[in-house]
Amino acid sequence: MSAVAANYEKLQELSVEVISVSVDSYFVHKVWNDQELSKMAEKDVPFHMVSDGSGNVGKIYGVYDENAGVELRGRFIIDPDGVIQAMEVMTPPVGRQLAETIRQIQAFQHVRATKGAEVCPAGWTPGKKVLKPGPDLVGNVWKVWSPLKDH
Amino acid sequence: MSDEAVGCARPTGATVGEPPPETKFENISQKETIMSTAKVGTKAPDFQAPAYYRGKFTSVKLSDFLGQWVMLCFYPGDFTFV
Repeated sequence: MSAVAANYEKLQELSVEVISVSVDSYFVHKVWNDQELSKMAEKDVPFHMVSDGSGNVGKIYGVYDENAGVELRGRFIIDPDGVIQAMEVMTPPVGRQLAETIRQIQAFQHVRATKGAEVCPAGWTPGKKVLKPGPDLVGNVWKVWSPLKDH
Repeated sequence: MSDEAVGCARPTGATVGEPPPETKFENISQKETIMSTAKVGTKAPDFQAPAYYRGKFTSVKLSDFLGQWVMLCFYPGDFTFV
């Protein structure tokens, strides 16, 4: 979460609100911010740090580990209509790559801005080729997009 | 996101608009389908839970963020190493 705090401006540029969730109480969240995160990120945590001591929230998102009594690493991208567009769930020992989350948000925002007229192929980042789905594109993706040159 | 009165009990979160989970007469597989309802392409389950936000103890309700993009991140615990 320190990586998210440190790179929060990038998410703000995309108008993304961040909500972090763990089973710790908000007392612990405060001390973690004060004693460690603020030093790692060189600023106070700028997002909402939710406390889910009962695991109720984690359970409905399928990320609560009943045996360990903690949440797994689960990341959900939720659009302005409240629809989950992407999710990634990992076991605890490996951290996430924020740049990939930002890339996905940019791609979903592009698709939304074009009302689905343009979609983002594998490896898309802003400025790269998009595809325009329709009858003419069927069987012809190879003519307009190459996994070797455009990926 | 209103300020919350700070008590000594450890506050926790709850889902919004869902009945409390039934524990009687349920086998495990039924319980799991009720418990995990988050899927891509469907509405994110709403919840309300206590939070720490910029120096204050607050309450967060997911549906208050409708109209905005949200990154919701679960993690194992404060002070863990990764």
